Amino acid sequence: MTTMARRIAGTGSFYSAVVLLVLFAAFPFYWMLITTFKQDGDLYNLQSIPYWFNESPTMEHIDYLFTDTLFLRWLGNSALIGVCVVAITLVVSLPAGYSLARMPGRAAENLGIGIFLTYLVPPTLLFLPLSRVISLLGLQDSLWSLVLVYPTFTIPFCTWLLMGFFKSVPREIDEAAIVDGCTMVGAFVKTILPLSLPAILTVIIFAFTLTMQEFVYALTFISSSDQKPITLGVATDLVRGDVYYWGELMGAALISSIPVAIAYNLFLDRFISGITGGAVKG
Amino acid sequence: MAAVAARHIRKQFGDVFAVNDISLSVNDGEFLVLLGPSGCGKTTFLRILAGLESQTSGDILIGGENVNEVPPRARGIAMVFQSYGLYPHLSVFNNIAFPLKTQNTPRDELRRKVDWAMRLLSIDHLSSRRPRQLSGGERQRVALARALVREPTVFLLDEPLSNLDAKLRTSARSELKQFQQTVRTSTVYVTHDQVEAMGMGDRIAVIDHGQLRQIGTPTEIYDQPADEFVATFLGTPPMNLVEREGGSLGFRPEHFLPREMLNGSALAEMPFRIDRMEYLGSERILYGEIEGRPSKRIVTAKLPAHAASDQLRAGDRHAFAVRCSELHYFDREGRRTREGAVQ
Ligand SMILES: Nc1ncnc2c1ncn2[C@@H]1O[C@H](COP(=O)(O)OP(=O)(O)OP(=O)(O)O)[C@@H](O)[C@H]1O
Ligand SMILES: [Mg+2]
Repeated sequence: MTTMARRIAGTGSFYSAVVLLVLFAAFPFYWMLITTFKQDGDLYNLQSIPYWFNESPTMEHIDYLFTDTLFLRWLGNSALIGVCVVAITLVVSLPAGYSLARMPGRAAENLGIGIFLTYLVPPTLLFLPLSRVISLLGLQDSLWSLVLVYPTFTIPFCTWLLMGFFKSVPREIDEAAIVDGCTMVGAFVKTILPLSLPAILTVIIFAFTLTMQEFVYALTFISSSDQKPITLGVATDLVRGDVYYWGELMGAALISSIPVAIAYNLFLDRFISGITGGAVKG
Repeated sequence: MAAVAARHIRKQFGDVFAVNDISLSVNDGEFLVLLGPSGCGKTTFLRILAGLESQTSGDILIGGENVNEVPPRARGIAMVFQSYGLYPHLSVFNNIAFPLKTQNTPRDELRRKVDWAMRLLSIDHLSSRRPRQLSGGERQRVALARALVREPTVFLLDEPLSNLDAKLRTSARSELKQFQQTVRTSTVYVTHDQVEAMGMGDRIAVIDHGQLRQIGTPTEIYDQPADEFVATFLGTPPMNLVEREGGSLGFRPEHFLPREMLNGSALAEMPFRIDRMEYLGSERILYGEIEGRPSKRIVTAKLPAHAASDQLRAGDRHAFAVRCSELHYFDREGRRTREGAVQ
């Protein structure tokens, strides 16, 4: 083969791989999109091609979602829970991750592993004891029960993530601040926090998406429609017995995934780049 | 009065002692060098002085006060880390201003001090750059400037020149020393480079395996090494050690010369068999062994290049000698003993 031909073959296989991957990732979204705007007749007609509109698109499902269900309320609930959980997670995980990263000796490592292990205990096991706690606190059937429970899995995960990141920040930087007149907390706030913005952003997005997609706890603790987060509301109020409101289901899923997709694309890339360069020699 | 004093400092990591019973004091305005091989505990000792690491036992005194319980920020020290520890998210100006800001220095005073420090170290043209946009030498000067603006009681410097290339290091060495003489701040300077130590230190503390082997002026350390470790750690090539009854006998390569180059009477003559020669421009290094006097290492002689040694060839046997006044005696434990005690 000539060099030219080889290069074309190289780029060709590269782009076909990319295209395959994009198709794989984007297909569910495409499916959600067209299902949302299809008429019911089109959806249930086995003779028509499922990949495109066979009858004209319609807004009826979206209308139904916004006027006849508590969709907006659910979205609001999810956002409220997400914001509260993220705040609680940051307040606990930042100092915990920093302490673990700077603790001398092997104890820190074992503690870190221990904390991560608690993340691996599945909610399907934990909801039993936790539901007892929730009812003791009188929080049953309230979205605040979720604000209380979700940090049980976001905190271990985010503490672990932050610990790893803080370890990668050379300790000379915060030690220099401590020698230069800061308290431990001062050094953390003035040097480690600004350097960790990418990690903190990652943690915020992770914690937020983890709470947005949680289902088991929501299902066990909440039954009133107006307290439900989006995951639960959609799945319980738009599936009635064996009747699936496909158009509404897909529309709700699509709309609630948009903010997360935007958050990922806008922030993550921009912040993950060598901010720590030049701190130490070499 | 001693600016800093350490009393019986020990530091244990697991079951090893990184610092094992070091006592020393730094006089006011003095430039004290801590010299020792890699891993001997220099950094650990410096971090204990700074308060970043707590000692297992012992006391630290700064300005006469026991500071065991005083946090680093209140010890009146400024430190330059082995890896500088600059704040990557701040400009050079803000890096240097950082210690002043934590002390709530008024704005115009802060400006004045930072400008002064930047001019002193000739980095004023870099004030708006970030650390990652600086060369190693520039970073080192920023770190120094940051240490300097606080007007500390003591400077603690951990191998600040180790990252510079040989040429820059030479000039930085003299700049640093000159700078210290201007500000007259007591300084503890860590290095494993004996040339730096000899050239810069008012006194040198030689450390090995966490223990203080000797402390003294460069001349004392070089001319009267307290033990075999100090004797062989300093000097290139290091001091020759040959066996003798009851210990060993040491002499520096530059004192080990062909018999005919030495006059006077009190000479110790030794037949030297030359195995190899190296010509280094200004001098000539001869490697070989002394017949009848076993040695753990190859014996070296350092001769001026132009000397009569021109006729010496590898493979030759030649009568060499050392002035008796330039012989060092060590006992079986390697400690220096009074000369001629046992011969
Ligand atoms: N945090 C720690 N935990 C365990 N051992 C340590 C720790 N810090 C240092 N040590 C050990 O203590 C000894 C002294 O280390 P130190 O960093 O003080 O050496 P150093 O003289 O500064 O060496 P270098 O010239 O290479 O910088 C080493 O053997 C090192 O492995
Ligand atoms: Mg060191």
